[in-house]
Amino acid sequence: MITVENLTKRYGPHPAVDDVSFQCEPGTVTGFLGPNGAGKSTTMRMICGLTAPTAGRATVSGQPYRELPNPGREVGVLLDASAQHAGRTGREALTLSAYTMGLDRREVAAKLDLVGLNAVAAKRRVRAYSLGMRQRLGLAQALLGDPRVLILDEPANGLDPEGIFWMRGLLRDFADRGGTVLLSSHLLREVEAVADRLVVIGGGRIVAQGDKNELLAGGGTVVRARDGAALRRALDAANLSAADSSEGLLVQADAEAVGQAAADAGVALAELRPASGGGLEQLFLTLTAGESTKEAVR
Amino acid sequence: MTTTTAPAAGAVVPRHHSPVRRPSLLRLTVVELRKLVDTRAGRWLLITIGLIAAVVVTLQLIYAEEADQTFANFFVPSLLPVGVLLPVLGILSITSEWSQRTALTTYALVPRRERVVTAKLVAVMVAALASVLASLALAAVGTLVASAIGGAGTWQLDGSLIVNAIILQVTSVLMGAAFGLLLLNPPLAIVGYFLLPTVWGVLGEMVRPLRGPSEWLDTSKTMEPLFSSDALTGEQWGRIAVSLLAWMVLPLAAGLFRTLRREVS
Repeated sequence: MITVENLTKRYGPHPAVDDVSFQCEPGTVTGFLGPNGAGKSTTMRMICGLTAPTAGRATVSGQPYRELPNPGREVGVLLDASAQHAGRTGREALTLSAYTMGLDRREVAAKLDLVGLNAVAAKRRVRAYSLGMRQRLGLAQALLGDPRVLILDEPANGLDPEGIFWMRGLLRDFADRGGTVLLSSHLLREVEAVADRLVVIGGGRIVAQGDKNELLAGGGTVVRARDGAALRRALDAANLSAADSSEGLLVQADAEAVGQAAADAGVALAELRPASGGGLEQLFLTLTAGESTKEAVR
Repeated sequence: MTTTTAPAAGAVVPRHHSPVRRPSLLRLTVVELRKLVDTRAGRWLLITIGLIAAVVVTLQLIYAEEADQTFANFFVPSLLPVGVLLPVLGILSITSEWSQRTALTTYALVPRRERVVTAKLVAVMVAALASVLASLALAAVGTLVASAIGGAGTWQLDGSLIVNAIILQVTSVLMGAAFGLLLLNPPLAIVGYFLLPTVWGVLGEMVRPLRGPSEWLDTSKTMEPLFSSDALTGEQWGRIAVSLLAWMVLPLAAGLFRTLRREVS
């Protein structure tokens, strides 16, 4: 169980995270989505007590992270796979953590085995690890204390397709057995495949959150005209935000509003239909389009 | 594509465990001691410290007057080079967490950062004590060899000399750790640690009005009496205390403040 209430972090006048609130329930995987620089990592660091929030609070299993007596036994954290001492072996890195948490040393071998790092890999220094191996080591570290909560920042980064498939199964299984997972990604397909709930963040603010299926149902409208520029002007005039997609413009509004906007501007449409199940990518594009263009203009 | 099975899935069951206790300070100290030796860099630093002490003893055996080849005379000269390298150990112990970014893991597992810092300080003090033991052991070997090859080989050693040596080495390593805590960056802390007192010493020599304060603030001057077995006067202790306040206690306090507040990323 993770509860985030009105978390805000300002660096100078610029808010990196602005009034973010959400909850992750036991038994669910929550996908935390957003473009780079949207504030995902900052939010996760604040949950883990590594960054002090300007305002708001976060609790894990009902307690602020810093008050957890032995956090590694309650929540597994992987925020950056490359944050390992290059001169230590994989096994040594886990041994230090296991001893800190007061775990049996056999857990180290068990978790290395679980994430698919064999004895040879475990004896090598992290310097020689590929990004995928570092992610696996980081996952082993997060799972080491048999926690009930997992907080993972971009864990699929650097994993090969087989590795991504494997991790998806691991997280799904963890949640199905009552665990709570918060997983950030910009790999939309990855999150769509495993998450039950979505929290989408852009420019430091939450732009959408809720049940994955409900969010995907409101996928918006695809519209296409021969004169694309005129269509975009028409949509702008009607105050509808539009994002480019492979099939045309994707508008976060129903077909009627889009058709009316085009008719008002006298633009002939070539296509107008509800967005098909292309899913999260379109939702993601739509929801963050306004934010990122604002960012670019600023 | 949602999958419901995973290889070795049983091993990631979120278990409900009995209430967990926080790691004790002893446990954290053992972890920090282990971190001092579990990388090649750390191991070689310790080996170098030992080798340098051995070289100093060997040079004594070769070049010192036979009458001067006593236990005390083997012991004292080895303190200085070791005392130069120990602060580097203190600095690296603190700063490598940031340069190697392991702080992310360390402080996620122990969010009470002051406990980690305390454990690190205890660990490097243990290392300093061990270095004094190593110096004693090497001096003993030197004395044995000396008596075999015709040197004086006298074993007499004042207890106060050992106490002084311990104070010297423990404060050296803590001064290094304090600089590390304050600057949180290995090259900066190492350069700062060696440069600032030197600059201060040179200024104290050159600038007449600084000569007075320099007697109280230049650690190379205030700590000098610790190399002898004479009992220190009250004023000498006072000078040591004042200089340590400036070079150890203040940076430690400011560094702890900075480390506790710093964003870990």
